[in-house]
Amino acid sequence: MQNYTLLSKRRLARNVCEYKIYAPLVAKHCKAGQFVILRVDDDGERVPFTICDYDRSEGSVRLLVQEVGYSTIKLGTLKEGDAIKDIVGPLGNATDLSAYKNICLVGGGIGSAVIYPQAKKLFEEGAPADIIVGARNKDLLIYKEDFASFANEAHFVTDDGSFGEKGFVTDALARLMAEGKGYDCVFAVGPLKMMQAVCELTRKAGVHTVVSMNSIMVDGTGMCGCCRLSLGGKTVYACVDGPEFDGHMVDFDEAISRSLVYREQEEAHLCRLRREV
Amino acid sequence: MKDAKRHEMPALPASERIKTFDEVALGFTWQLAKEEAERCLNCKNPPCVSGCPVGVRIPDFIAKIKSGDIDGAADIIRLDNNLPAICGRVCPQESQCEALCVRKAKLGGSVAIGALERYAADNSARYDVHAPTARAGIKVAVVGSGPASLSCAADLARAGVKVTVFEALHKAGGVLAYGIPQFRLPKEVVAREIENVKALGVEIILNAVIGKSLFIDELLEDFDAVFIGSGAGLPSFLGVEGENLNGVYSANEYLTRINLMGAYKDGAATPISRAKRVVVVGAGNVAMDSARCAVRLGAETHLVYRRSRAEMPARAEEIERAEEEGVKFDLLVNPVRILGDENGNVRGVRLIRMRLGEPDSSGRRSPHPVEGSEFEIACESVIVALGTTPNPLIKASMPSLETGRKGTLIVDEDGRTSVKKVYAGGDATTGAATVIMAMGAGKRAAKAILEDFRGKI
Repeated sequence: MQNYTLLSKRRLARNVCEYKIYAPLVAKHCKAGQFVILRVDDDGERVPFTICDYDRSEGSVRLLVQEVGYSTIKLGTLKEGDAIKDIVGPLGNATDLSAYKNICLVGGGIGSAVIYPQAKKLFEEGAPADIIVGARNKDLLIYKEDFASFANEAHFVTDDGSFGEKGFVTDALARLMAEGKGYDCVFAVGPLKMMQAVCELTRKAGVHTVVSMNSIMVDGTGMCGCCRLSLGGKTVYACVDGPEFDGHMVDFDEAISRSLVYREQEEAHLCRLRREV
Repeated sequence: MKDAKRHEMPALPASERIKTFDEVALGFTWQLAKEEAERCLNCKNPPCVSGCPVGVRIPDFIAKIKSGDIDGAADIIRLDNNLPAICGRVCPQESQCEALCVRKAKLGGSVAIGALERYAADNSARYDVHAPTARAGIKVAVVGSGPASLSCAADLARAGVKVTVFEALHKAGGVLAYGIPQFRLPKEVVAREIENVKALGVEIILNAVIGKSLFIDELLEDFDAVFIGSGAGLPSFLGVEGENLNGVYSANEYLTRINLMGAYKDGAATPISRAKRVVVVGAGNVAMDSARCAVRLGAETHLVYRRSRAEMPARAEEIERAEEEGVKFDLLVNPVRILGDENGNVRGVRLIRMRLGEPDSSGRRSPHPVEGSEFEIACESVIVALGTTPNPLIKASMPSLETGRKGTLIVDEDGRTSVKKVYAGGDATTGAATVIMAMGAGKRAAKAILEDFRGKI
């Protein structure tokens, strides 16, 4: 039986950890944009995470996890050398921005983990993108140095102005677009409301926008349909048809509603976990 | 003996079973098993055997039970059936072996073959005496760990083949693990049968999605042949407005949350809707399973079906049990829309009444909507159980595999696909069917593999 050992764990922000996990079957073929599903322990639920980076020779993948719910908080209690119960992947499709020449990557909060491999890839291909990374405050901004080195132009934005510009990623994007950057593609990943706001902005300007949908999933292979969303009036599955879609076609209001379906149960669960931990 | 009536298996009363996911059918006692075994006439040319998709030597194993040799009975079953404790529970015996029993019409009813198979499998002390001979020759990769795959793997392993099974989920068993509920097929029984297959030397690698983690081409570099038993996992939806509202589940999702993830247990990490009122759409075994789960989760449960009772595809026993447990059947009705509230949650289903016309290509009378007959049922959750089709992941990663109209892999009668050294069987080739049909296909493919590689073994 495989042992999915936690090779390293680094706390990047108060509630964000970076994990390097031994998972050779995932590392073997994974590409930027794909995700894994993991279960922390024997009773764990199946939770999807985008692969942030990987090392094929070591057989490891890197994940960035924000402790927001039951499973992510439990994951946060593991130490280096501990084993994660299950990890499967790579799932979903790889990011393909090859058709675009002038790209702006926009990451909000933990969504920055999803633009990270793309930022790195474009940098390594000699076509670094403009990058906007936003968070609520300075402590929640992740990979500042990496993004600064990968970017053509890096822009940091915080809600409270504790680092970089004060405001939202959409403020920075609107300004850059107004300055005539002439982007032919925006790749925006973050909270659903952020992606929706970016899409509203770029739709008016007619700039193609790709978003990554972090739907609730169970199997992640197209078996259950839990992650379905409406794309231009058609139902698609984030797990096998995505996770990336044309943002201008996504029904965000429906996606937001679907993301909240288990909120009450999750909260009850969290209360119990807080008593345990 | 001639007129002795068929013995039915004891079962939990409906009033008790709706409060628990424990198994409903309790199995024969020794006394019942012995008396029922005595009813077998040990026909010289037993028609029952011809009704079994894997050809279990039925009169022979029943004779062993008669003589009190339960281990011997189980050994005989296992010569042809790798998963008897499972088949004894979920096979549709009434339309297979038991349908052909000479006692059926006039002699007190068919012998309860399924119940006796289950008795032998559950009560034999040893697992398997047909341990594999020396390892030799070839290596085979098996994709998926459901009934077709397990059956193929076990037969190959017995012939001395080194078999590695790749399962996408974190638990082996395929539909036996995620699909069929505990009260019909306890997961402990599934685990025991899988241990049994592993005891033959079969290795099972979990969390490996073929077509994503590894590719068939790649497997062919390390293995002499590949068997694809990846099932029919892709759910069908209704295609009506409101289907993405919160509270609408595919039966696959609903059952997976319950069976694989244990969402019905107190304190489970995986959540599930605890709706007060549930509407299940469809009338197959999966629809019955879903409805019976909903009842156990405390819901007032309606099952809606566009044809009449006579056309319901579920086993008669499942239909009866669902009804006994309080599932309300609304027949000759079809959903036209799922209704939601302002927060995107289900608040009901709008349906239209149907009438039956001429038989269609499936031989069943085709339903037609009755204009102006729309009505609503209030509910907070809708479970869509309209069948499944094969998962396109494997085909997408290996386009040279020929597929049929519904994405089923095309195979010859022995399970050979269009790609050399690649075999397939079960729901992946037929679309959703039964456990025993899949097992039969797995066995045929194993036989074909052994024939095709005869020189190397």
